[in-house]
Amino acid sequence: MLAFLTSIGYESWVLPTLLALPVAAALVIVLHGSASKGEGTGGLDDAAAMFPRRITLFTFLLEFVVSIGLWWVVAPGETGFRAVVDLPWIRTWGIRFALGVDGISAMLVLLTTFIMPLVVLGGWTSVRTKLHAYHALMLILTSGMLGVFMARDLFLFYVMWEVMLVPMYFIIGIWGGARRLYAALKFFIFTMVGSLLMLVAILYLGIKAGDPATGIPNFAFDQIFAAAAQTPQGGINLSWFGIFLPGSTLLFLAFFSAFAVKVPMFPFHTWLPDAHVEAPTAGSVILASIMLKLGTYGFIRLAIPLFPTAAMSPGMRTGIIILAVIGVIYGSLVAMVQPDFKKLVAYSSVAHLGMVMLGLFALTRESVQGAMMVMIGHGLSTGALFLLIGMIYERKHSREIAAYGGIAKVVPVFATLLTIVALSSIGLPGTNGFVSEFLVMVGSFKTYPYMTTISALGVILAAAYLLWALQRIIYNPLDKRDNEHLTDLNWREIGLLVPVLFAILWLGLYPKPVLARMEGATTSFVRRVEAGASQRAASLPRGAR
Amino acid sequence: MPIDVTLPGGLTLALAPDLILMAGAMLLMLWSAWRPDSASHQRSVGIGALVVTVITTAAVIWFAATGAKAKPGIVAVDSFRWAADLIFLLATFIAIAVSIDYNTREGIDAPETHVLVLFATSGMMILAAARDLMIIFLGIELMSIAVYVLAGLNRRSARSAEAAIKYFLLGAFSTAFLLYGIALVYGATGSTNLAAIGETVAKYRLGDSPMLLAGIALILVGFGFKVAAAPFHMWAPDVYEGAPTPITGYMAAAVKAAAFAAFLRVWLEGFNGAYLRWHVAVWWLAALTMVLGNVVALAQQNLKRLLAYSSIAHSGFVLVAIVVGTPAGSSAFIFYLFAYTLATMGAFAVVVALGQPGEGDLTIDSYSGLWNDRPWMALAMTVFMLALLGFPIVGGIGFLAKWYVLQAALQAPAPQFRLAVLLVITTAISAGYYLQVVRVMYMKPRPANAPTPLPTGGLTRIVIGAAAILIVALGLFPDSMAVFAQRSVAQPTPTAPAASGPIAVMSPGSAVAGR
Repeated sequence: MLAFLTSIGYESWVLPTLLALPVAAALVIVLHGSASKGEGTGGLDDAAAMFPRRITLFTFLLEFVVSIGLWWVVAPGETGFRAVVDLPWIRTWGIRFALGVDGISAMLVLLTTFIMPLVVLGGWTSVRTKLHAYHALMLILTSGMLGVFMARDLFLFYVMWEVMLVPMYFIIGIWGGARRLYAALKFFIFTMVGSLLMLVAILYLGIKAGDPATGIPNFAFDQIFAAAAQTPQGGINLSWFGIFLPGSTLLFLAFFSAFAVKVPMFPFHTWLPDAHVEAPTAGSVILASIMLKLGTYGFIRLAIPLFPTAAMSPGMRTGIIILAVIGVIYGSLVAMVQPDFKKLVAYSSVAHLGMVMLGLFALTRESVQGAMMVMIGHGLSTGALFLLIGMIYERKHSREIAAYGGIAKVVPVFATLLTIVALSSIGLPGTNGFVSEFLVMVGSFKTYPYMTTISALGVILAAAYLLWALQRIIYNPLDKRDNEHLTDLNWREIGLLVPVLFAILWLGLYPKPVLARMEGATTSFVRRVEAGASQRAASLPRGAR
Repeated sequence: MPIDVTLPGGLTLALAPDLILMAGAMLLMLWSAWRPDSASHQRSVGIGALVVTVITTAAVIWFAATGAKAKPGIVAVDSFRWAADLIFLLATFIAIAVSIDYNTREGIDAPETHVLVLFATSGMMILAAARDLMIIFLGIELMSIAVYVLAGLNRRSARSAEAAIKYFLLGAFSTAFLLYGIALVYGATGSTNLAAIGETVAKYRLGDSPMLLAGIALILVGFGFKVAAAPFHMWAPDVYEGAPTPITGYMAAAVKAAAFAAFLRVWLEGFNGAYLRWHVAVWWLAALTMVLGNVVALAQQNLKRLLAYSSIAHSGFVLVAIVVGTPAGSSAFIFYLFAYTLATMGAFAVVVALGQPGEGDLTIDSYSGLWNDRPWMALAMTVFMLALLGFPIVGGIGFLAKWYVLQAALQAPAPQFRLAVLLVITTAISAGYYLQVVRVMYMKPRPANAPTPLPTGGLTRIVIGAAAILIVALGLFPDSMAVFAQRSVAQPTPTAPAASGPIAVMSPGSAVAGR
């Protein structure tokens, strides 16, 4: 396979193609939209409305087919970056259009291209207004997300990071639920405030890494890492509190603010339930499956390896781990009392992502591998949960758990699929959830035994809130008359869930191919951070700690 | 071979683009008096003014391309001047093009409107060229007097008259400050020539002379009024609201850019020796303007007032580039002003395009559901709003402009960490009001009783489309513009040997003190 890929020069064009295809498709759709005047029914009988759906689905399927070669490009044991593209973009400011993937980012790229066609199919009939704009925004959003995973230049990374905001803002704000205006604005402002501080840090590092003779900065990842290794001696002295914040800590906090909001870590998570609940199904799925991973990806790619001393200084590390564990417990507890199923799943995301943060900051090979697996697994099972909620919402127009009950008799296929997906989210052995959370626990126990023990409670709580919700929705007696006429899932809906189920079971039973592909990147991450932290901690004067 | 501006021939050559513009404006003045006022005459004089603008632009580009230099004198021949001129001419072109449609709709038949815009522009071009405080004063007066009249153009509107009077009184007041400051500086240094002032200050170490500092402070107040920097911004919202909308855009973009261009040149070429003193004052001016402009803009319901406060906020961002006081700062300054001019003029052009006759009600909510009726107009407005916000890709060069200013601020010998952080925080605040406009257009339904928007004039549509496309396209491929901005530098006068080298850090801008 690799020989075939090499023969067509796959590595030289795959990443730019993945970025450009959705943008091109979006342009086609916008032009078609302005040519076909007037609003049709928006239904499946409306020829003008079918055009954007078909083009988008086709584009996403094509994306998936194109991206699948990365599976072979990033072979097990591979540690470096592959499929590298490096072109000058803005020479005067030393900015390059540099792309590349390693094991970690390739898996996340594949997750994205895998989920996106399903998202389009999931919203096939539920979105009926302004279909051209809706699909164009989805396409552009995809380019932005892929761009973040691929970027090898900090400027490019930042641009892609911000660009995602606009389409998501519109998707929530135009096609969302009743409180969509509030949710969209909150989403935008939270994320933007977080990332603007990162902008200053990025510029600072770029100037450090630049050529002092010409004054041209340099934002290539490799040079940025070199520059961060010799960060400033200065800092802010908060003499009122008796704290001295060294420069590297300030820079780390700038990156932290951007990524922690996106993850979202407790206490920066408040935008998430609003955005999730008000977003249309497609928006929720994209948010949960992919956009939340961008935050943790930022930590593993930039924030931690750039500033190992600051990130792994005892105070900072313990603080973040405590926040992560609070996220696990608090997210689970709040999820338990939600009357709204979508909100329940949203809070369960806070808990799962807390687990990822625990794995990353526990910094053992197993815990980091496990964190990566939680990211992928959460993308699959929570995405599937949101898809299923969207399907039942389309039939009954209610997300209240209390509005259902006993519907397993009426919609058996739906009930079966919901049960399987929920069990994978809980972490039943044989599903992806078990493998990933087990790895995080095993790894984290070595460095943070108490915290890990507490976070294990979260897994129990997850079983409690999801099983209880399942009971109230699909079991219990069928006591509401209007639920007796719900229609079961159709072939389109079953068909789009089958690949997810397949992936859930595959990762649960035989995760080795994925783990092996990420191993090189995660191992070098752990080594680099450990080396950086120990070496620089030793060189710091006593007073600076 | 450098042009010798001390000889009449050399001076004429150095001022050739300005003279072309003035000659064109005078011819148009005669032509506009030739026939009785009518809508069609107004239109044809307007087209004539556009042609004069284009010819002048060609002359400026020709000079910029030849890379002509001048010996020291009363006017500068450098790329900073040409870059600034291009910004003014861009704003002038858009303002006149939009005015033609606006005047037709509002029933303003006076063709002199366009001529007055050209006169104001010639004042601006003199400001960008001036290397002597007296010439700067001349330029400011030429520009301001024309703009006073333009603000009161709509004689039937009481608000327009109020705007004109307010602008005139406060403008005259600020000019007095400026003039007194010039007198004090002359007293301290014995010259009004910027190069001579710079040399004297460096040679005799006048950085701490009370008379010079008092003069600098008064000139700062004068410029502060013109660029609407807090706390000298009070006039701006009222005047911007009352003036005819195309003129408001012209004031917010070109008038401000011109005052800034002179500001930067005076500060770098004349007062660089007193950097450590004025730097603190301008630092606080920038900080205050950014915070006040952005926070107060959040409360605005009227679109023109919102854009007025937005323009105050942007003055603060531009002042950051001045505080930096390096060549990179002045490149970033030019780049920023260009992006700001394009986005602001575009936004005001949209306001004109969607206005009803009389412009009684310009609340933000009147744009509700615009996307359903005028999707392309809504899209263009989104681009302008996001460009002013400084958002990547969609906001195109708006983001790159902020990036450049931040880069200059962090790269300076005395890096401005605190200002940089303040800049991004206030930018985040500004998302609150720019997004409100976007939100209303896309996410609110159109009220049932809303008046149907009138068809927009062709010129206005072309201008809006071109501005939006330019913003996005230059945002993707900014390299040539960045190179041009990099060359467009006003050189700081070398300071005295004692003060040269790494500038001693003693200002509020020094966030990270050495350990």
